Amino acid sequence: MQNEPITQSNYKQYVFEKMPKSAHWKNMFWAFVVGGTICTIGQGFIELYKLWFSQQDASVLASATLVALAALLTGVGVYDRIGRFAGAGSTIPITGFSNAVVSPALEFRSEGYVYGVGAKMFQVAGPVIVNGVTISVIVALITLIMNAI
Amino acid sequence: MSTNYYKKRTLPFFDVYVDDGYTVAGPKEKDGKYGDCFDLTLTDDTFGEKTFEHAERKMFSHAIDGVISKANLLTKDVDAIVGGDLLNQIVSCSFAARAVHTAYLGLYNACATFCEALIVGGAMIGRGMENVVCVAGSHFSTAERQYRYPLELGVLRSPVTQWTATGVGATLLTSRKEGVAKITAATTGRVVDFGIMDTNNMGAAMAPSACDTICAFFEDTGSSPDDFDALFTGDLGKLGSEILYDLLAQRGIDVCDRHVDCGATLFFDSQKTYQGASGAACSALVFNSYVLSNFRSGKFKRILLAGTGALMSPTTSFQGDSIPAITHLVEVRA
Repeated sequence: MQNEPITQSNYKQYVFEKMPKSAHWKNMFWAFVVGGTICTIGQGFIELYKLWFSQQDASVLASATLVALAALLTGVGVYDRIGRFAGAGSTIPITGFSNAVVSPALEFRSEGYVYGVGAKMFQVAGPVIVNGVTISVIVALITLIMNAI
Repeated sequence: MSTNYYKKRTLPFFDVYVDDGYTVAGPKEKDGKYGDCFDLTLTDDTFGEKTFEHAERKMFSHAIDGVISKANLLTKDVDAIVGGDLLNQIVSCSFAARAVHTAYLGLYNACATFCEALIVGGAMIGRGMENVVCVAGSHFSTAERQYRYPLELGVLRSPVTQWTATGVGATLLTSRKEGVAKITAATTGRVVDFGIMDTNNMGAAMAPSACDTICAFFEDTGSSPDDFDALFTGDLGKLGSEILYDLLAQRGIDVCDRHVDCGATLFFDSQKTYQGASGAACSALVFNSYVLSNFRSGKFKRILLAGTGALMSPTTSFQGDSIPAITHLVEVRA
């Protein structure tokens, strides 16, 4: 590639070789640490709630607590700072979902509650919900058929 | 200048003077490398407004008023305003122009808008106008939500991304023989697309267009990089600049020792913007502050300013189109 002339046809290849690569190991490390920490905190809440509630209720309450905490951290402008280095570590857990709903809601408040918050709230999380529901229905149908056989 | 015309895409300009410039910059830009050069810097990027769009509009108003008063003129002395910004329907610039009752041309060439404005404004001076304000700018928070994600969304940024600069720069062009510099030639860009799809990697998308326009200028005028004190490009960023060096080297042109990319140099590395700044503000801020002050002090005698713009929209990107780019160039002499 060094001595070959750069043309329109090989330009993409040239750029790909020239561009700085993502620091995969570093990103994975932080994703592991932050994602693990979030899950550990979640488990902590489950153990705490189990003092008063059943296992099932404690799990639901723990999820709700994490969502509320992430919404609060998004509101005070901390969650995006965590996400900037944690990547998938803070996106994949349920807290990431909370962040994906709250951040556009905050952003589009300036357009009012109907055309702003109402219309744009699921801008980021919408595809996740649509695809999640669709795939869960497909999986349920497959399970139903498999069980019938 | 002896010739009345150059070849093809390059136009000579006669008696188009740069009276002065005025810059309004955001807080992050204030902490950057050119922080001391700006006329007005904000401590808060909402500029005391309720929304970022209103803030951007207010920055345009301040820049336009600023450059008019700096030249000791009144609003009624201005024959036209030409300029634009990055928002849909060029609202920031148009709404700011609403307050100034004069001829207005709204322009859009993404981050090349400032150079486009200098070319259009220069041509209007050439046809008999006396004072024309050329203005362009961008705001990180308004551009981010139009082109990318909500501000508070926690995402990992790619190492090839740039950071949209917050700022507005305005230049007053005049036919009066005064001011700090004059615009002597301009090369209008062609739309060049080398097939880059990654909207994070704007530098790579724009570098071939920058190479195309810069080469056209040198060919049309018969000049070489040695004739200039500096060559400024808009917002290629660090990666885009290096690609430009490779592309120009293939054409036998070496600009490394006198090239400055406004975007790549706007922030310090410690400000964590990866490839540097992007946005229409880059060339407008650097030209109207750093470049003009160097003309004033006599350090610069002759420079080139090449504004680079990526002409995609979120819709075209989602539909799988590659990124077309354009570069407009102006020659400025003392």
